[in-house]
Amino acid sequence: MRVLPYGKRAVLIEVDDSATALQLHIDLRDEPGVIDCVPAARTVLVRYEERTDLARLAARAAEVLAQEHTPMPVGEPVTLNVRYDGADLASTAEELGMGVDDLVERHTAAEYVVGFCGFSPGFAYLTGLDPRLHIPRLASPRTSVPAGSVAIAGEYTGVYPRRSPGGWRLLGTTDAIVWDVTRADPALLTPGTVVRFRAA
Amino acid sequence: MIEIVAAGALATVQDLGRIRLAQVGVPRSGAFDRRALRLANRLVGNPDDAASIEATLGIALRFDSAATIACTGARCDGVDWNTAVTLAAGTTITLRPPRTGLRSYVAVRGGIDVPPVLGSRSTDVLSDLGHAPLRAGDRLPVGPEPPAPVLGETARPTDRLVSALSVTFGPRDDWFTSAALDVLTSATWTVRAESNRVGLRLDGPALERRITTELASEPTLPGALQVPPDGRPILLGPDAPVTGGYPVIAVVDDAGFDVAAQLRPGDEISFTSTAGAGS
Repeated sequence: MRVLPYGKRAVLIEVDDSATALQLHIDLRDEPGVIDCVPAARTVLVRYEERTDLARLAARAAEVLAQEHTPMPVGEPVTLNVRYDGADLASTAEELGMGVDDLVERHTAAEYVVGFCGFSPGFAYLTGLDPRLHIPRLASPRTSVPAGSVAIAGEYTGVYPRRSPGGWRLLGTTDAIVWDVTRADPALLTPGTVVRFRAA
Repeated sequence: MIEIVAAGALATVQDLGRIRLAQVGVPRSGAFDRRALRLANRLVGNPDDAASIEATLGIALRFDSAATIACTGARCDGVDWNTAVTLAAGTTITLRPPRTGLRSYVAVRGGIDVPPVLGSRSTDVLSDLGHAPLRAGDRLPVGPEPPAPVLGETARPTDRLVSALSVTFGPRDDWFTSAALDVLTSATWTVRAESNRVGLRLDGPALERRITTELASEPTLPGALQVPPDGRPILLGPDAPVTGGYPVIAVVDDAGFDVAAQLRPGDEISFTSTAGAGS
């Protein structure tokens, strides 16, 4: 673990993997003096109030890391029904050297955990993608991807929350509303949420 | 109601932005020059986080009802600056483009009362949150009188000629050569035309990387100096996404961020370093 400065009121804590970053997010966000604690792929950004004891915070982070952590699900597991009709489904299967059915089977077989959100509001990076499906994003991103597009890129899968540009490979579409600013919890998929896809 | 008569280059409603939502991907947004917004609000007796109008290169407004307003930030001709001004019903004010600076703030006593989205009335131009950017003909409601009185004084001039922004090195300063760290604080940087509320793109000598592998996405904050592969830093603005995949060499402090809000394409700045937190 490394604690790196991020301006005058925040530190970036670097860890080994997404699961550890998520654990730090869950365990540090309610610590005294912590304003928020935002996870990403291998790091968490901790913003803190003035006069927060940084040494204490770092010690607490080290304590969390030393624990034997069993993955703790956050909230209810979510199952998303997907029509596997994405524009990149066939070409991605071909590039991966497998059939479309095999790709869909592998995508629906896994249990995913939201590692972090980013890119745009409600866009969740789901960890747990079958390593056989790891594939770089498109060489040239689309200028417009429809809301509800289910996609993969690198070690992640995700759902586009609203129409936006995007470079991930589109496998299918879900009718689930993953982002709605009028809901009490606008994001359906928040860090730690367990997610499954089901072929509809 | 306040009617937008002419919107200038970009006019938006801004308060202090959205807090504690970065974990679901929501940027802070809010006024770029937070100091100017707070001052405008205090002058009219509003709470610091009341919503005001952030005008870029001038604006014209018509007030249906009598109103008390205060204008701060980049100084425009057309109305008294840095002081509360009482307007009769039906008054139109025209703020002409400022000679220096970029963003001006018009606070009205009671605040701009558009519906809040995710706890803030701020327009986020990248994430499409809040009221759309203002256009001629838009009409904005004004909120109820706040309990605090109007300040009967003029704030000391806030026109700043400061062009050295204070930064804290890190978190990824070790991804750059030691020469690059020197260059960051010794070079003169020019604001490029492709700059907006998402980020200020800077021109200057390329900052050379020591580690050239790809960085896994990291959380970001407004004020971060992110360095893409071309070596020219981008100062992340209030509407920047909450994660980024380029290393952050240093972070501009709050006062420097307010100064950055007022930079125009072609303006020149430099950076000075201060010690940061962490270990």
